[in-house]
Amino acid sequence: MTESPEPAGAERGLVVVGAGQAAAQLVSSLRSLGYEGRIRLFGEEPALPYQRPPLSKQFLSGELAAEQLALLQPAFYQDNRIEVATGSRVATIDRAARTIGLASGETLGYDKLALTTGALVRHLPVPGADLDGILTLRTSADVERIRARMAPGRRLVIVGGGYIGLEVAAVAVKQGLSVTVLEMADRVMNRVVCPEVSAFYQSEHEAAGVTLLTKARVGGFEPGDGAAVRVNCADGQAFEADLVLVGVGVRPNTALAEAAGLEVDDGILVDEFARTSDPDIVAAGDCTRHVNLAYDGRLRLESVQNAVSQGRIAAATLVGAPQAYDEVPWFWSDQYDLKLQIVGLSDGCDRTVIRGEPGQRSFAVYYLRGGIPIAVDAVNAPRDFMMGKKLIAAGGPVDPARLADPAVPLREIA
Amino acid sequence: MAKITYVEHNGTEHSVDVPNGLTVKDGAVNNRIPGILAECGGNCACATCHVYIDSAWTESVGAPSDMEADMLDFAKDPQENSRLSCQIPVTVELDGLIVRMPESQ
Repeated sequence: MTESPEPAGAERGLVVVGAGQAAAQLVSSLRSLGYEGRIRLFGEEPALPYQRPPLSKQFLSGELAAEQLALLQPAFYQDNRIEVATGSRVATIDRAARTIGLASGETLGYDKLALTTGALVRHLPVPGADLDGILTLRTSADVERIRARMAPGRRLVIVGGGYIGLEVAAVAVKQGLSVTVLEMADRVMNRVVCPEVSAFYQSEHEAAGVTLLTKARVGGFEPGDGAAVRVNCADGQAFEADLVLVGVGVRPNTALAEAAGLEVDDGILVDEFARTSDPDIVAAGDCTRHVNLAYDGRLRLESVQNAVSQGRIAAATLVGAPQAYDEVPWFWSDQYDLKLQIVGLSDGCDRTVIRGEPGQRSFAVYYLRGGIPIAVDAVNAPRDFMMGKKLIAAGGPVDPARLADPAVPLREIA
Repeated sequence: MAKITYVEHNGTEHSVDVPNGLTVKDGAVNNRIPGILAECGGNCACATCHVYIDSAWTESVGAPSDMEADMLDFAKDPQENSRLSCQIPVTVELDGLIVRMPESQ
């Protein structure tokens, strides 16, 4: 390890590793809570912290420009004395010395460290997965690469029928590409919604012209005709593609924490105050497996809400005014003119109740456990999403018959 | 660029210059003005950037979309002049705009 170039006695303060949504929230909340110390933020990407949700939606379609993705304007960091190093990778943490080592060789000290390292995109462990024309989507640079290959008439094969795959399918088919989605499970978005919602989205994509195949397991890729890639499914079907997008999820980015000896188990383990197993280190966002007092056990979530909530909680912990995490999680996805909003976690549900008509393209599915709502999937039904939030927080039982009856006003359900 | 005045529920005023192309929500977030959370980042998905538009400005700002109106309907203390500030793009026409914050989001 190289010697620290920092002058002796220089303020160490807080070092934040990872410059995404959780980091932006954390540093902003810290200043709002009156933290006056030094803040240094290190991010590997060239851009200041930006919003990822629009990447697979309005940024891919070109409706939003790169500058509009910024979570905070450049002046914010100056005004709030936040030193940001973009394009800078933190390679090591020495917890005993309380220093970090940058990939560039520099060593810097910290009093407190925040890990907001996010998630890394998963790749398919199959032959040919590194062929030219096979892309993934996690960063704005990824989207630039995808956009450069998108043109009307081109064949796009998307591996994975989750949020990312389906949002990209919606944008691409509207731009005139020939789109095929290959989903391994027996229905799309199977990890996050119930079969009725999956079926609704499958029919919407098919109506828009997307070819959507379920139970389609990709066995490998090989060079196709010309510049194309041939996607081979395990059952023998093959698809020629000018562009392949692999959207099979992400995994928490924990390598740095693991190497530093922090407790890690599919996510950096933190308590309800965003504290890791080291009292000088907090962690927030996609990289954590965390305690939420509203649930038993630990949760690992990949969402804006979790990044924002934990960023705020980590800041509160750092200023010595801890607030416990107990917020019910929520999520959303935009596909075509459909807004899917989800609140709660449906695990343990023993009954679902549908309110509204899927045929009307506006409906909600309420997930009940012992008669108590635990989650709601709302499709173009923001009132159900908002009401669902209230019902879940209240924790009282509802009458399923009244819930399913559109003649009963939503406000009178509880 | 537009000067926008954000009035907290307790009456505290914050006047800031907000560049065109950003939203009324961005002006608050970039200046750490309390009272606007914008937890979804500005995607009309959470209703935590709810504001009341000053009566002199409701016409210039315009009406919410159906989706936004439905979100507002179940937000805390909605009024006729309620809007989600993430859905209001800043233009020179909004120079002087005054928005007020609800008691909580």
